[in-house]
Order: sequence, then structure tokens, then C-alpha cells
Amino acid sequence: MKVMKTLAATTALTVSAGAVSAQDMSNELVLVSWGGAYQDSQQKAYVEPYLAMNPGLTVTWDSSSAEAVAKLRAMEEAGNVTWDLVDAVASDSMRLCDEGLAEELNHDEMLAAAPDGTSASDDFGDLLVSDCFVPQIVYSTTFGYRNDMVGDTAPTSVCDIFDTTKYPGKRSLQKRPIDNVEWALYCDGVAKDELYDVLGSDGGMERALAKLDTIKDDVVWWTAGAETPQLLADGEVVFGSTFNGRLFSAIAEQNQPIGMLWDMQSFDLDGWILPAGLPADRRARALDFLKFATDTQRLADQAAYISYGPARASSAPLVGKHAELGIDMAPHMPTDPANAGNIHVYDYEWWADNRDDLNAKFEAWLAK
Amino acid sequence: MSDTTDTGPVLAADGTPLKRSLARALRRQKMRALMLIAPLLIFILVSFILPVGDMLYRSVKNDIVADTLPRTVVAIQDWDANSGELPDEPVFAAMAADLKDAASAKTHTKVGTRLNYENPGIASAFRKAGRKAKKFDIENDGPWKEQLLDLNKAWGDVEVWRTIQTYSPRVTQGYFLNAVDMKVGPDGAEARPESEQIYMNLLKRTLWMSMLITFSCIVLAYPVAWILANLPMRVSNLLMILVLLPFWTSLLVRTSAWKILLQQQGVINDLLVWIGVVADENRLVIINNQFGTIIAMTHILLPFMILPMYSVMQTIPPTYLRAAKSLGATDWTAFWRVYFPQTVPGIGAGSILVFILAIGYYITPALVGGTKGTFISNQIAYHISTSLNWGLAAALGAILLAVVLVLYWAYDKIVGIDNVKLG
Repeated sequence: MKVMKTLAATTALTVSAGAVSAQDMSNELVLVSWGGAYQDSQQKAYVEPYLAMNPGLTVTWDSSSAEAVAKLRAMEEAGNVTWDLVDAVASDSMRLCDEGLAEELNHDEMLAAAPDGTSASDDFGDLLVSDCFVPQIVYSTTFGYRNDMVGDTAPTSVCDIFDTTKYPGKRSLQKRPIDNVEWALYCDGVAKDELYDVLGSDGGMERALAKLDTIKDDVVWWTAGAETPQLLADGEVVFGSTFNGRLFSAIAEQNQPIGMLWDMQSFDLDGWILPAGLPADRRARALDFLKFATDTQRLADQAAYISYGPARASSAPLVGKHAELGIDMAPHMPTDPANAGNIHVYDYEWWADNRDDLNAKFEAWLAK
Repeated sequence: MSDTTDTGPVLAADGTPLKRSLARALRRQKMRALMLIAPLLIFILVSFILPVGDMLYRSVKNDIVADTLPRTVVAIQDWDANSGELPDEPVFAAMAADLKDAASAKTHTKVGTRLNYENPGIASAFRKAGRKAKKFDIENDGPWKEQLLDLNKAWGDVEVWRTIQTYSPRVTQGYFLNAVDMKVGPDGAEARPESEQIYMNLLKRTLWMSMLITFSCIVLAYPVAWILANLPMRVSNLLMILVLLPFWTSLLVRTSAWKILLQQQGVINDLLVWIGVVADENRLVIINNQFGTIIAMTHILLPFMILPMYSVMQTIPPTYLRAAKSLGATDWTAFWRVYFPQTVPGIGAGSILVFILAIGYYITPALVGGTKGTFISNQIAYHISTSLNWGLAAALGAILLAVVLVLYWAYDKIVGIDNVKLG
């Protein structure tokens, strides 16, 4: 669903802006994001302070990130790109970069350095997975379980998902091969650093599917992030994978009897891309906002509204308490040392190459 | 004038031949009619036929390879892929030159993505080569065979070159072959391995389930339409609101409501456990399978069946049934021989509506269909919005469209399209 939310400001328009440098920049900014709690956190952490600094600017949200790649390609073909900055997951940003739909960025030149002077590219480090991508947050796909349905021993390993004798009942998994086949191979005894060698070899995918076969009858497959928290709340499943922020709000905000299983949580990134070929004034505005919205303080501020880890190393020490609940946010971050003992980072490039092929095998397996 | 006897053409009042004058009048009439429908005609042409045609054309379009790698496409023509040998140096040199141009135009990754649909792994070969290609010095840096092999071992794979050769023409049948679970092999089209066959099964399932949904709609809608048609107008209008109310409710809301009703800890199961029909450990699985899709879609599409049936039944005079009975027919004979045949046009119209809507559905099957209750439209949506393989999506769409047209033709032969009435 496309929710357009125009913010700000007929009143702000009456205030005459004084900044001279702002004159070459467009007075409108169209941001694309995911809607819901995540977009709200961006609104509060980046957009509201930016609007306060730039009276006269109008920011419009378009909650189309889920279809961003397809829509951006259609816009480019039609020769009318109406978006200025698009929030996308890392794999989508790589595809947009490959398709020439996103502009390649010079991170050190365009982004703010850390307060201690560390350059932006060093501050983001390995998280700069694509030349077109500015990461904002680290999130993870991980498991939540019903405290009251797992008996006396709470699950501690991702492989408990595959143990239907110890934990009978349904589990919900995302309806795609990514993450699921890695977990399956890991629990089938493959070492973490060999996952992709095995998966890419002959019979690798078949081995992963054979492992998933052992629980196939007990799986509810989800496609939207909100499904697992709902299934857990209804007692429909014992375990379920979803984005960690969704589980956080079910636990902390809605007081559901759900526990977190952080083992082998699958890290992923979400961030901004700049559509290629924007007119100069819109591009200047988008870059100005991008520099502000991805500085150390802003990324740390966002963590007060949602339990996703800031992508800059320098932001981590600044993460404080939840803005409304007043609880410490650090222990709920996927990047917290207590949670990140055993993590999984999926190989973007490998999946970009093999996704369609493996997806066909996965779909054929599902239909069997 | 009336007494003239010449055999010349009959003239109109103004002296022109009547035939021409008539034709002119008719032409003017036709023009006027055409002008009246012109806005709609242009609208449909611009907003429907052209875009659909353009989308369908993508199912065979393959310009990108020849446009991005013009030299390679020419150089590789004479290479024999079945020889098992890599192409010669000129092909590699052509590829290097093409890569250099493509990398500066930033199109190398696009062609990589295109070829990756046919041979997984090519995308990264192009992506990696593109990073270096801008600095290639085509004149002096040869031999390119070694250079490219150094860059990525993918360039030493005969299959990669075979894929490039196979997909160099500007028109391809690759997407259509993929859409029917086949691929271009060394000796022409061949079936994909069984573990990768999905689309034909999905198509069969889509058609079969759509027929089941249509049938259950007929069974449920018939008595409802009959009651509506035979009650006094005041009462039937009131009941009609009950039919239309869900029809006006958002599709997502209705589908989600079915989730709450059907899930294992849901309302229906709770009720069955409470009255003791089902044991608590053996709650029924009635969602996330074909059953869930059929129930939810039957409910959602029911108004499309009830409305045409109702409007047809309303036109059948009740005196026919009374006459049949007074002539000695039993209740059943009167219904089956007199009433039912008159309602067939309504059933026909409703069935076409429901069936055609059903085979294009994707939101409801995605939400309540689990793994075995999804339709081919779910795969089309996946290829449009997630995998970006629009060519394959277009081929699947074209096949679906062709199937609908064939079924429509068969329907016309069996039921007769003149036999369909919406009221």
C-alpha cells in the first residue's frame, strides 16, 4: 500500500529562508521507506531535526521500499524518476547499482566524518557493501519463541528449530531460500565458513532442502515481517523467524510472552541509495540531507525509536534509552556483544548470482 | 420527373445518384458514431492495449546482448560451442573491447544480469570484469584470453561462452522455454531437471483450483440468488446489502479475517474443540493449504456469481413453474426441466466472471495458500517485483492470457457466448 504523507508546512513556507547555500537546492524532498515503526524512527531521528534547520523544505514520504527496485526501473524507463532518496536493503541496493539505477557515491567526500575525524568509509567499514549504498542500520533476521510453549528448557541454538521431538509444534520461516538454507546446512554439520562452498557445489542445495524436509510439515511460511509476531502472539507457532525489531516491539511494547533466540542471527543492512540521473537541484538537496541523516549522532538517535543497530562504529557508544519506554536499548541491539556471539552474514554477491536458480529449486521443493 | 422512363441511376432530391447520397449519409453516421466512441477507444488503446502489448513483447525481446556486446556477438558467431574448446583470441579481444565500452557506459552489469538468468554466476563475472575494464588498453595489453582468465575463472568456462552465443540474437525464445520448464541445451530445447520444474505444475494447479472455486461459487450462489429473486422486493433489497457489504470491504481485510477464522488456534477450531467434535491435539489444518485458498477465494468471489444469477432469475416469471406443476410435473421435474434451463445464462455469466478473476488472483493465495495453495500469478508477481526478470514474467503472463483465450473459445463452443446474460 502506498501511503503518501506530506509533512510540513504551509506555515514554514511563509518563513523566508536565510541560508544562501540552500538556494541551489530543491525545496522538495521525496523519501522512500518501509512505512510503519521504521519510517517513524527515521522521521523523528533525521527528518524533524533537518526540517527545523531548513524551514521552507517539504518532505514527502512514499512507503514503497518493498517494491523499490521494480518501481525505480519502471520510473527510469518512463524517464520520470520522482524519488530523491530511497531506503533499500543491501541486496536491493546492489541490484540497483548493477542496473545503473542508483548513483555511485564517493563516501568520504559526500558523507560526514566521525566526530573523532575517522573518515566515513572507515567508520562504516565492511558495511559499505556496494558503491551506491549508504548503510543506516544493521538488523537481523532471527528467531523468537513462546516462553510458555518450550517447556523447561528454552532453546539456545538455531538447530533447535530442526528438533521436533524436543520442541514439537509449528515454526514459521520466511518463504525464500536465503537464510533458511544456510541454517539448514549449518545444522546439518557444515562449518560456517564453508556454507557457500557447499551450497554452490553439486547437491549442496539438495542437501539443504533434505534437512528442511525434516521439518517441512511443521513450517508455516511467511512473506510479511508482521506475520511471525502475530503467529507467536496467537500461539499458532512455537518459534518463528522475523526481523529483530518486530520481535522487540512484540516483547517490549506489547508484553507478549516471547523470548529471543539470537544464535546464528542473520545480519542484514538497510540504507539509502540515490537514484541515478536526478536534476542538479534535487540531487544537491538529497546529498545535503544524506550527509546530515547519516552522521554519527543521527544514526545513534534512531536507535532510541527502534531496536536496530546503527551502521557507524562511532554511533554505538551513543546509543541510549528508548524514547518512550525508557529502557536501555543496547541489550536489544543485534550488534550487542551478548547477542552477537554467533552470527551469520549472508554472502550478497553469491546470492545475487544464484538467487534465481536456487529460488526455482526452492519453489519446486515447496510445491512437492 | 416521375414519368421519365430512362434507366439511369435513381437520383436523390438534389440530383446526386441515390446510392452515393445514401453512402454519404451512412458514412457521416458512422463517423459520428466513431467520434462518440473515440475517447474510449483512444483511452483503451493508450492505457491498455499498447502497454500490454509492450509488456508481452518483452517476453521475446533480447536487444541488450547485441547492443552491449556488439563486437563479441559478431566474433563469436562462427565458434562451435560443441567443440569443447574455448573461443579464439579474437573473441576474447572483442569481449575486452566491449567490456571497456560497457563499463564506461555502466551497462556491463545489466547484460550480466540478463545472462545470469540463463547461467547463474555470469553476473559476477561481468561485475568483476567491469571494475578493471575501464583501464583496459585494447591495443597493447593482449593477449586478452590470458588477461580475462586471470581476472575470473568464469571466462574459462565453455558454458559461459555458449550462453553468450545462444543469447546473442535480438529475439529469444529463452523466456518462453523457461516459462514451460525448459531451456536451450546443446541440442536445442530440452526439459529442465525435475528439481527446477515449477511453472507447468503451477499453471495446472491454478486452472484446477480456479475451476473448483468457480464450481463451489455456483453451488453456494444458486440458492442464495433464488431466494433473493423470489422474496418480496423490500426484503430482498435488505438481503442484497448482506451480499454487497463484503463486496465493498477491502480484499486484504477479508483475507486477513479468514486467517483469524481458519488458523489452528482460530475461531473455527476453537469452536469445534469446545463442542467436542475435534480433540485439542488434533486441530484441523484448514489454512496455508489449498483448502484455505479455496474457502477464502470462494467467499471473496461469491458476489460475482450471485449478482448475474440474481438478475437472470428475476426475469423468469413464477407462472412458468406453476404452469408446469399444474400440468402434472413433480417439484424436481418442474425445477430441472423448466426453471433451471432458464437460469443457465446467469450461471454462464457468473462462471466466466469468477473463473477469469480467479486465475489472476495473487494476494489471497499468497496470504492463505501456504506452499500448495499458491497460483502462477504469485510467480509473475515475484518476477516483476523481486527478481526483476520481466521477460520471464511477460512470458508467463502471455501463456496465461493464451490459456484464458483458449478456454474462452472452448466455453463459447460448449455453452455458447450468446447464452450468457448479465440481466
